[in-house]
Amino acid sequence: MNVNVTMDQQRCAEIFERVRRAAEATDVEVAVKGGRSALTRFANNGITQNVSEEGCTVSVRVQIGGRTARATTNCFDEESLRRVVGQAEALARVQEEDKELLPMLTAAEQGSAPVLDRRCAETAAMGAGERAEHVEGMVAIARRDGLNAAGVYASGESFEALFNSHGVVRWHTESLAEASITMQAGDSSGWQKQNYTSAARLDARALAEIAAEKALRSARPVELPPGKYTVILEPSAVVDLIGFLAADFSGLALLEQRSCLNGRLGTKLFGENISIVDDVRDAGQTGPGFDGEGVGRQGLTLVENGVVRGVALARGTAARMHGSETEEKVAGTGATGNASLPAAGARSGNASLPAAGARSGNAALPAAGGRTGAWPTGHGLSLPNEGGEAATNIVFRVADGDRKTVEEMIAATEYGLLVTRLWYIREVDAYEKILTGMTRDGTFLVEGGRVGKGIRNFRFNQSVVLMLKQVLDLGAPVRACGEEAFDMVAPAMRVGGFQFTEVTRF
Amino acid sequence: MKQIAEWALGMAVARGASHAEARIVNERVRALGTRNGRVAVASEEESLGLGVRVLCEGGWGFAATQELTRAGVERAAALAVEIARASARVQREPVRLVDEPAAVAEWSSACEVDPFAVPMEENFELLRRIDRTLTAVEGVTLAETSMIFRRYEQWFYSTEGAAIHQTRTTTGAGFSAHAFEGDSIQTRSYPNSFGGQYQTKGYELVGELRLLENAERVGRECVALLKAPQCPEGRRDVVLDSSQLGLQIHESIGHPIELDRVLGYEANFAGTSFLTLDKLHTLRYGSDLVNVVADARPEHGPGLGTFAYDDEGVAAQCVPIITGGRFEGYLTSRDTAAMIGRERSGGHMRAEGWARVPIVRMSNVSILPGEKPLSFEELIAGTEDGIYMETNRSWSIDDKRYNFQFGCEAGWEIKGGKLGRMLRNPSYSGITTEFWNSMDAICDRRYWTLWGTPNCGKGQPEQGMGTGHGAAPARFRQVKVGGAYGS
Repeated sequence: MNVNVTMDQQRCAEIFERVRRAAEATDVEVAVKGGRSALTRFANNGITQNVSEEGCTVSVRVQIGGRTARATTNCFDEESLRRVVGQAEALARVQEEDKELLPMLTAAEQGSAPVLDRRCAETAAMGAGERAEHVEGMVAIARRDGLNAAGVYASGESFEALFNSHGVVRWHTESLAEASITMQAGDSSGWQKQNYTSAARLDARALAEIAAEKALRSARPVELPPGKYTVILEPSAVVDLIGFLAADFSGLALLEQRSCLNGRLGTKLFGENISIVDDVRDAGQTGPGFDGEGVGRQGLTLVENGVVRGVALARGTAARMHGSETEEKVAGTGATGNASLPAAGARSGNASLPAAGARSGNAALPAAGGRTGAWPTGHGLSLPNEGGEAATNIVFRVADGDRKTVEEMIAATEYGLLVTRLWYIREVDAYEKILTGMTRDGTFLVEGGRVGKGIRNFRFNQSVVLMLKQVLDLGAPVRACGEEAFDMVAPAMRVGGFQFTEVTRF
Repeated sequence: MKQIAEWALGMAVARGASHAEARIVNERVRALGTRNGRVAVASEEESLGLGVRVLCEGGWGFAATQELTRAGVERAAALAVEIARASARVQREPVRLVDEPAAVAEWSSACEVDPFAVPMEENFELLRRIDRTLTAVEGVTLAETSMIFRRYEQWFYSTEGAAIHQTRTTTGAGFSAHAFEGDSIQTRSYPNSFGGQYQTKGYELVGELRLLENAERVGRECVALLKAPQCPEGRRDVVLDSSQLGLQIHESIGHPIELDRVLGYEANFAGTSFLTLDKLHTLRYGSDLVNVVADARPEHGPGLGTFAYDDEGVAAQCVPIITGGRFEGYLTSRDTAAMIGRERSGGHMRAEGWARVPIVRMSNVSILPGEKPLSFEELIAGTEDGIYMETNRSWSIDDKRYNFQFGCEAGWEIKGGKLGRMLRNPSYSGITTEFWNSMDAICDRRYWTLWGTPNCGKGQPEQGMGTGHGAAPARFRQVKVGGAYGS
């Protein structure tokens, strides 16, 4: 069978039926995912790598009693489908029964998912010539300023279909265009990166202009001593730090006692000015409106005025949490998946959980009538998995009147640093959430309310929990990208007492 | 597969390519794992596809497809040429490749026991027993176990006449215990963190690792870390175990010697390198005891960087990187070697799979063991006041690879030549060349292990790659320690 990587929902449904016919197991879940992507990469003001790839996979999960396993292939002929089904079944049968494994999601239980129109036909169809034109535009700015540019311009589209033998049907498609650029001068550099579902929103030349300005302004960097500084973190730097915290907002991480939120649910862990939600419907977000099992993704309040309010919960996690001490704490925070976000349509996932009588299988879900316990939020990962669930549609909430521009933050800073981006961030301490990493590509001294000289790059060792207690100002949340974490809708931040421990040689 | 390659190469040439390569890859991966007694990973994955890389008008183009019909293959090849022409529009100078004899070869890595033939019941039984042993230790709050098997079969054809068929089988296994109490989460892993040990071997590796035999000890060490005193801050002599030294090599030698980084190709993502071309043959990288090679040959050992030919058809070689402390070589490809006037590539082009273009990667970048007999016990006995650190927990280095900081899972004081009390949260940091110049002792070959790093990320789109790093325990004088938790 020839595979068109832009296949539609109907063709995916046909594949599901073929898999189902090939299966001995009665509980079958099929995910068909694919797409095409292309990326034009440049360095030293010329294209150095230029690639295009297309692909499509069918991933089969079977459930036999309290056992589940997954097998995936990119071959769609009958023999391959039979083989992949057989692999999943064989892998499931050899397992010991897991009494906590829930039955597969049913159509009645899946809830509605937000309809998210995230595919732009023009972006999906972009060719090598058009990408080269964007690169030419960025490189022209480098040449004008006597700089050396490196970066990428990428475009593509993807689709995702999910079906199971209990009537669950999900479909999502989206496109993406991305540009990033590093402008290098002799001893300095500047960087920018952005992506959107539509290339029409992506202004590669504007990114190049900002990167060039940063490279030129940070020339002849001076060395400052390590220590605690007030820092203005641009949104990309914020994204890469918060990304390491997001994984802790997981119910399974709480149950397994590997979350820094253990013992801290419901407490005022961060500053009053910190409010964070997970909202796939936000205009600055990407991704499907359902999770790895097909549960409709709901809006979720994670932090409200500094208080930890909620965590993401997969179906299985919510069930395991039922009756536990952790559930009481989660319930006490309002972490039931429908915490405080509006839009009833996106929250109906809860309403359609099966009534107690309909619950079959090995594990019990909390009672549907009185939603006082932990409920699935639509953030579960595909089963089986190690992580449980993940809040990956992070959106910071900052009231209009509280928003400061980066320029206003600079003006309010007597002595501090302006940080464009951070690099090679790793977790030093799992509970205090101490992160280490480097500044990179545009770090400046701020003196007397003005941006001054570029400085040599610092290493930081900073607790991100502590950092979020010390936020002095927040900007308007924008869709922002880093290189260490997933994209978010995040603001610039002015933070007091950010700890730098070492300085490097450039 | 030859027919598929002929369709690809024929179409590429017909559309104007001056050089073309077709790589067909058939990959199979099985991953198994448990968490606190429950199955957390149970998956099989297979993938078959074609990547076509072409040169046209001096520019590179690459297209990949899984549609291996004649129409699908020719469409991909034509797209690769179209992309190459677009590359040529924005290019400083045409790509030039150094010569390489066109090889016709068949090669398979050594594999005594096919991991895919081992009953999965047996796999899970071992993982469950390890899991139960870990969770039986009072204070362990999370036990994780894992196994992963991979078979990577590749057919490489080029318009120069190369026809290379290689099959590599790799195996990985390991476990971790975690303990949470008060304000501390501690972890101990075996035989290494992040999934354990990985080698280009069959299932025989699992038996060699003696996983179950070490589970209880590792669980107890994890819990003991909760009560252990904090690693002090200051300067100390540091002894690193071989797995941590392997990662130190990876980050502070393996990456900066990648010639594509040096030439600026990675400036926008992975970064550049402090090893500018003027430093070749002149820089004192380390002490006289530091001898490092990049060796992809099977005789180096079953590393994740062991192969017969790289992914542009260059034969595996042993490239001297640091000899007697002096910097002597880069990791190269056919195009980057040409840029610095070399006659041949060192054979370091590797791709994550059929859908990704080869880029300069590490093979097995290893420090050679000490020539003089030195046991681990003698190494400790020769250390008056220091800290022994074991098993990586965190790693970070700047984008030119100067300033690094590593955290380890566990440390032990060394006082008067003896290992003393356990220390928690050990970390050390420094500047690459200063650190390697402070190395004054390394254990001999008996203590040398070829570690596997399965997850090295590089390139845009990002590619994961397995690399090998042979290392033996070694001592470094007056290193900054404890800075990660410093005030």
